[in-house]
Amino acid sequence: MTKYTELEYLKLSKWRKFLYKIACFFVGIPGWFVNLFKKIGSAFKDFGISVKDDFVDIFTTFKNGDYKTRLSFVIMGFGSIARGQILRGVLFLLFELVFIVYMIFWGGYWISMLPSLGTQGAIKEYDPIYDTYVTTYYDDSFKILLYGILTIFFIVAFLYTWRLNVKQNAIAEEILKSGKPLKGTKDDLKSLVDEQFHKTLLALPLTGILVFTVMPMIFMILVAFTNYSGEFDGKNNLFSWVGLENFNQMLGWSAGGVNYAATFGEVLAWTLIWAFFATFTNYFLGMLVAMMINKKGIRLKKVWRTILIVTIAVPQFISLLYVSKMFAQDGLVNGMLLDWGWIDKALPFWTDSTWARVMVIVINIWIGIPYLMLIATGILMNIPQDLYESAKIDGANAFQQYTKITLPYMLFVTGPYLLTSFISNMNNFNVIYLLTGGAPTNAAALSPGGSLGYTDLLITWLFKIAINDSKFYMASVIGILVFIVVSVISLIVYSLLPSTRNEEDFQ
Amino acid sequence: MSEMNQLETPEVESKPKKRHMGIKTQRVISNTIIHILLVIMSVVWLVPFVCIVLQSFRVESTWQVGYIVPQKWGFDNYIALTKTDFFTWYLNTFIIAVFTALFQTIVVLCMSYTLSRFRFRGRKGLMRFMLIIGMFPGMLSMIILYRILADLHLTQGNAVPGLILVYVASSGMGYYVSKGFFDTIPKSLDEAARVDGATRMQVLFKIILPLAKPIVIYTILTAFMAPWADFVFARYISMNTSQGMNVAVGLYSWLNKDQIAGKYTTFCAGGVLVAIPVTVLFMFLQKYYVSGVTGGAVKG
Repeated sequence: MTKYTELEYLKLSKWRKFLYKIACFFVGIPGWFVNLFKKIGSAFKDFGISVKDDFVDIFTTFKNGDYKTRLSFVIMGFGSIARGQILRGVLFLLFELVFIVYMIFWGGYWISMLPSLGTQGAIKEYDPIYDTYVTTYYDDSFKILLYGILTIFFIVAFLYTWRLNVKQNAIAEEILKSGKPLKGTKDDLKSLVDEQFHKTLLALPLTGILVFTVMPMIFMILVAFTNYSGEFDGKNNLFSWVGLENFNQMLGWSAGGVNYAATFGEVLAWTLIWAFFATFTNYFLGMLVAMMINKKGIRLKKVWRTILIVTIAVPQFISLLYVSKMFAQDGLVNGMLLDWGWIDKALPFWTDSTWARVMVIVINIWIGIPYLMLIATGILMNIPQDLYESAKIDGANAFQQYTKITLPYMLFVTGPYLLTSFISNMNNFNVIYLLTGGAPTNAAALSPGGSLGYTDLLITWLFKIAINDSKFYMASVIGILVFIVVSVISLIVYSLLPSTRNEEDFQ
Repeated sequence: MSEMNQLETPEVESKPKKRHMGIKTQRVISNTIIHILLVIMSVVWLVPFVCIVLQSFRVESTWQVGYIVPQKWGFDNYIALTKTDFFTWYLNTFIIAVFTALFQTIVVLCMSYTLSRFRFRGRKGLMRFMLIIGMFPGMLSMIILYRILADLHLTQGNAVPGLILVYVASSGMGYYVSKGFFDTIPKSLDEAARVDGATRMQVLFKIILPLAKPIVIYTILTAFMAPWADFVFARYISMNTSQGMNVAVGLYSWLNKDQIAGKYTTFCAGGVLVAIPVTVLFMFLQKYYVSGVTGGAVKG
């Protein structure tokens, strides 16, 4: 590939520029990977250096510190209390006590069980006194994994707090040496609504995200490396690590055994096709509708807009379920067409694979256009009017104005939006599940669980495997693969997009 | 709704292609075509909703029929609703929606305001981290969240507080739109107040919040509307226990193969009752919704 200088590049035609950019992207891939590894390497190096610095720092703090500081290494917060920073000290001390008690009574058990995920499952024993079978529960792998993760979180938090405690002592000593007074409890509390206000504001939201988003995510990633399925719950309660066995099955990278690679490829292909059509049909048609409504001389603009907006307000499960039934074999549409004599037998809207696939895309247009109409209206409004005027003077017709002014502007402004909407369409569970439930069934496809249909996306397939058949390990594998696909697409698109604006520009 | 007029875009006028046809005639023709298209579109968009309403008043049959206008009108389907658990579901959903709207707004505002205004260590990393975990399919978390909530006895019949907890706790991730809004409020306002001796908290409550009314209303509105439509998670948490269902889960169960023949028109009646309050609220507050959606898309 020939490399162009900047000047040569500017001389290229638009199409050549685009091709050149794509070529550059693919040529750049090896370099990109080299860079990535370099970055990872340097990140490790930086991390190593900072750990080393930390240890040196801790050591010098201990060596140079007075007895208060030294005692704080064992009794957290001692130094702070002794120096009059009561609140900080008490919090440190309390945290340490809670941690020690937790680790002795519970944490130790969970951590020690993590490698095996439990050895003794539930046992059903005959109880001669009551003449029944009694189940005795011992280890529960689910709980071991869950609380094991929590305990690791807790240990990391403790190490961090301990380091903070040491640092606090060093800082306090330095301040006292320079002859200034230390901040007391009152100042600490005051700073929480002032300099440290962000900590107060973020405490609750971040705790929520940590417990209800991050922790489940880590758990589910780990489940992909076990054989955890619904059959274990409440019965034997024991599952175990299986390494990469599940990925093996899903991607079929070793010969022999079950192999779902073909099915995965099929579903992935349809997911990408669906996401492409769902995103771009909505985008262009929505833009078209917005332009139609906003054209000069169109009456009742408010009415057209309102009609479309109303459809956003109605909860999707009502509209989608209703529309799905309308097009059913014995539904309204088929009934009316039969009555009018336009068709002889019911159209196979949801029973033929091609029909169903086209239908979900068409109905998705019906769902999506109002949103895109709103978004496009807002953006079209911002295009400088004089661009159009000068274009008109130069003799550009409506179509040229559209391709040379409106479209480039829209694409530039909504580039990131297109990406996010492509990704959310890949994971568009509602439309598919409520409309077809994945139907019609694809009998030929090999699936680890649930019945796979022709309109199933990866996300609905995952749902069926997890919920209908409780094969959580396979669902997790698919979840991880979806994550990889999505992040690869995002990376590619971001590197092709014109540089995103700096967020400070707005302020 | 008068604000809608402000949204008018620069009109794209077509230049005459043939000289002998006047600009005016051409415009009249193209405008007529567009008007016809708009009418057809409106019909297509409204037909399903009109059908739902009409079928909810149909008496003669409870299953789908091949015509739209009922032969016999009546309130039978609405009366039938009172004999089901529909109003329990309705109340459940309402409670969830109110509490979620309240707490989620607080969480989202805390998050977005902080990320927009403060420059602290790890801020960029935090935002990148949340972007990345947002790419992980959240559906998988359902399984474990169910087990956690079950340990807290917040599933099945008690699903309402459990659902509120989960909605609110994970809502911090959706800070993008309101952060975009806060980014547009000039920082000099904050700085002026800080120079005058206001604390960070006073700046938030006395200066920023009054200015942020549109985004607060947008957040409340979207948070209030979401629980009416949540279906997947609510169904999993309520686990076939009618007491803990929301309207979406309950109504969905009526369209099962074994229930649909007897419950189809009742479903329509229930759907109408759900759609009315949400739609009315939405129509009143739509200008805030429009500005939120537009701003969110532009700032990405």
